[in-house]
Amino acid sequence: MGRDLKPAERLKIPRHPMPAQDPVVRRSNFNEVALGYTPEMAMEEAERCLQCKKPQCVEGCPVGIDIPAFIEAVADGEFLKALEIIKQKNTLPAICGRVCPQEDQCEQVCVVAKKHQPVAIGRLERFVADIELAGGEVSMPEPARPSGFKVAIVGSGPAGLACAAELARMGHQVTIFEALHKPGGVLVYGIPEFRLPKDIVQYEIDNLKKMGVEVRCNFVVGKTASVKELMEEWGYDAVFIGTGAGLPYFMGIPGENFIGVYSANEFLTRVNLMKAFAFPEYDTPVALGNRVAVVGSGNVAMDCLRTALRLGSEHVVCLYRRTRAESPARLEELEHAEEEGVDFRWLTSPVEILGNDDGVVTGVRVIKMELGEPDSSGRRRPIPIEGSEYEIEVDTVVMAIGQGPNPLVTQTTEGLELNRWGNIVVDETTMMTSIPGVFAGGDIVTGAATVILAMGAGKTAAVGIDGYLRQTAGQPRATAAATA
Amino acid sequence: MARLISKETIAPAFTRYVVHVPEVARKHRAGQFVMVLLHDHGERIPLTIADSDAEEGTITLIVQEVGKTTMEMALLEPGAEIEVAGPLGTPTHVENWGTCVCVGGGAGIAPLLPIARAMKEAGNHVISILGGRTEELVILRPEMEAASHEMIYTTDDGSFGKKGFVTTALAELIEERGRPDVVIAIGPAIMMKAVSDMTRPLEIPTIVSLNSIMIDGTGMCGGCRITIGAETKFVCVDGPEFDGHAVDFDLLMKRQRMFVRQEEEARRRFEELHRCRAMESAEVK
Ligand SMILES: Cc1cc2nc3c(=O)[nH]c(=O)nc-3n(C[C@H](O)[C@H](O)[C@H](O)COP(=O)(O)OP(=O)(O)OC[C@H]3O[C@@H](n4cnc5c(N)ncnc54)[C@H](O)[C@@H]3O)c2cc1C
Ligand SMILES: Cc1cc2nc3c(=O)[nH]c(=O)nc-3n(C[C@H](O)[C@H](O)[C@H](O)COP(=O)(O)OP(=O)(O)OC[C@H]3O[C@@H](n4cnc5c(N)ncnc54)[C@H](O)[C@@H]3O)c2cc1C
Ligand code: SF4
Ligand code: SF4
Ligand code: FES
Repeated sequence: MGRDLKPAERLKIPRHPMPAQDPVVRRSNFNEVALGYTPEMAMEEAERCLQCKKPQCVEGCPVGIDIPAFIEAVADGEFLKALEIIKQKNTLPAICGRVCPQEDQCEQVCVVAKKHQPVAIGRLERFVADIELAGGEVSMPEPARPSGFKVAIVGSGPAGLACAAELARMGHQVTIFEALHKPGGVLVYGIPEFRLPKDIVQYEIDNLKKMGVEVRCNFVVGKTASVKELMEEWGYDAVFIGTGAGLPYFMGIPGENFIGVYSANEFLTRVNLMKAFAFPEYDTPVALGNRVAVVGSGNVAMDCLRTALRLGSEHVVCLYRRTRAESPARLEELEHAEEEGVDFRWLTSPVEILGNDDGVVTGVRVIKMELGEPDSSGRRRPIPIEGSEYEIEVDTVVMAIGQGPNPLVTQTTEGLELNRWGNIVVDETTMMTSIPGVFAGGDIVTGAATVILAMGAGKTAAVGIDGYLRQTAGQPRATAAATA
Repeated sequence: MARLISKETIAPAFTRYVVHVPEVARKHRAGQFVMVLLHDHGERIPLTIADSDAEEGTITLIVQEVGKTTMEMALLEPGAEIEVAGPLGTPTHVENWGTCVCVGGGAGIAPLLPIARAMKEAGNHVISILGGRTEELVILRPEMEAASHEMIYTTDDGSFGKKGFVTTALAELIEERGRPDVVIAIGPAIMMKAVSDMTRPLEIPTIVSLNSIMIDGTGMCGGCRITIGAETKFVCVDGPEFDGHAVDFDLLMKRQRMFVRQEEEARRRFEELHRCRAMESAEVK
């Protein structure tokens, strides 16, 4: 490894901070906030890894990247080798390096974290992946001989993209069907440019196309064609459903349909997918007041808060019924939001949205909370404090309290087993649903989760699909039809 | 990508488009719509499928030019490629009710046409009441006549058909002929509200088709939500047709005005741009 250092010396190297745009500057632009390591920074950070014999970090990574091996390659300055190691497990490293909640995964269990700050695994992953984006050559795996099987992928989020990439590599003919006019799922319509530049997602999609994957946008499965029709009329031998958790939840409090109340999905879709931040250059508008309240404190909420700041709102308030410690957002995003000047009101929950006679939002009435006994999720349950209600003057409210499964596909697919929340039930090893030949993965199975879990599920499903096609399905439909 | 096959002006600021999009044409049923996006910088807008031809692989859209996107659409030439997703929304519930009165106002006549057709095919006796400000704004008359057994026209000034609103004609009809079995009303929210208010005390089932602002049209954003009775519904997936007696029209009308300022700005800019272009080309000539 790089220099010959003793573990104690390695531990003395401080974790390299991520270069970032200045908070004052960045809160009025949509450019990426985190700027990425330089090669020197990356190599120095890589020296901090102890190259554990039994690396805990690998256990913490949902897709089991050989983290010490890739970090060693970084320390040696062999960046492309590092990338190849990562790519064995992770199809979308430039994306995961940016958006993984590392502090709950690989970095949480890194041994260095016991006494010091963990090795910056995510930042190193991103650094390595960015080299490819900047034009570094990577050897693309040779696709296998064409199998003759056709697979339909429904949804182009990380689950669908990863599944498509694996299947294409295995030699199957893959078509991705996407309801929106642009592929990428949440990576494109949800996560903002300042956190995940859209060029990166486009790059990955272009790569898929180079591998022969067909991408059909504006195709709403369940409406344009059902899953059954894709198999029986369109000739697909197997289908993967990766439609995500796209159904916005509302709280059910009075005033939620007033003008000025958005779901996080609507707000972010207007701004990210439709580029409302550049209205009137782009035709889709977004109407936002000077005082904005966002309800919730996950990644989605952080994205809404920080987007509102960037659109010019002066006072942006976060309302969350638990405390900062329970906030499900990535730590980095939470810190960035704090630096950018978001007014966090912890232990605060809205009870009513106030509006005027024109139905336009004028404020939100909130109640203070305290934490009680832990609930079934293990988190302490917030309990309203009687008599603590007060009003906050705002002109826009964004509901970022979670999403459920969109029923368009599930309701139009007869025989598909769902759980009581409407998520698809699958066999965990193959990801096959209750319908033979129909597989599913990502948020539509787990409920709203993470990019890396969705990606991992897509990969697992690809292996399941491949096994199914080669054993159970026998001949490709096309050939079967020709010989019949 | 879908391809524009033909376009034709059918009334002032009303254009009929035929678009080649075979998957949509094949699956279309009355009451459904598509989301249309003209270009990379455009806005996704919902438009009802007024007609479809599964064999030709085409759908017909009838669009009133009311703002930037619909005006820009009117400038497209046949051969243009646009993005079209669909067919979206829940198809009309069609059954033989008996007597079915179809009430259409303005651009609402376009979505009414396939429904009237389906109702007639299902065996209903279809009476259509169509209204507009002036005669030429009462669109699709031959098509609606073919889809109906009886026709009643109204114009605001009485220059064509009866004088007054469609509601006046509906009230007269009910008075003379008794209670129809179902009323389908499509048009401006204010008109659908007036019709629903009239039929509610008479307990005549009334179906309306709501035109809330949409983005995705697939149930993902909740921007199209409205209040039906005590419930919140998404127009794009739960509708666009609802029981008129349960709709909170006042809220719908307020929500439709959510972006008026921006819409006006976009239209002004668009018109200025095109006026400049027109002047420039005039100078060149
Ligand atoms: C604003 C926001 C921020 C987030 N931030 C993070 C983060 O920082 N880190 C992290 O790890 N995770 C984050 N997440 C969660 C993460 O993005 C999701 O867990 C992940 O994208 C799920 O992937 P998926 O492939 O299952 O579904 P999605 O990404 O939701 O993609 C599903 C796709 O299917 C399409 N689709 C749906 N229905 C149909 C249909 N009927 N026909 C055709 N296509 C259809 C949709 O249009 C969409 O493109 C965030 C989520 C949001 C919303
Ligand atoms: C289910 C449905 C079916 C429709 N079918 C037809 C049809 O067949 N023919 C037709 O002429 N019109 C139809 N409309 C209305 C049409 O979508 C709007 O006229 C169009 O979006 C206006 O866009 P614009 O940019 O030209 O005008 P804008 O200046 O943007 O808006 C003018 C008015 O249109 C409404 N509107 C604006 N943006 C949207 C949007 N994204 N979605 C819905 N409404 C919007 C607003 O209430 C606004 O007051 C339908 C609407 C819905 C919801
Ligand atoms: S994919 Fe995510 S969890 Fe795995 S190593 Fe990379 S950043 Fe860590
Ligand atoms: S646990 Fe930490 S120190 Fe050990 S190999 Fe993984 S990254 Fe390196
Ligand atoms: S238009 Fe987005 S949910 Fe209906």
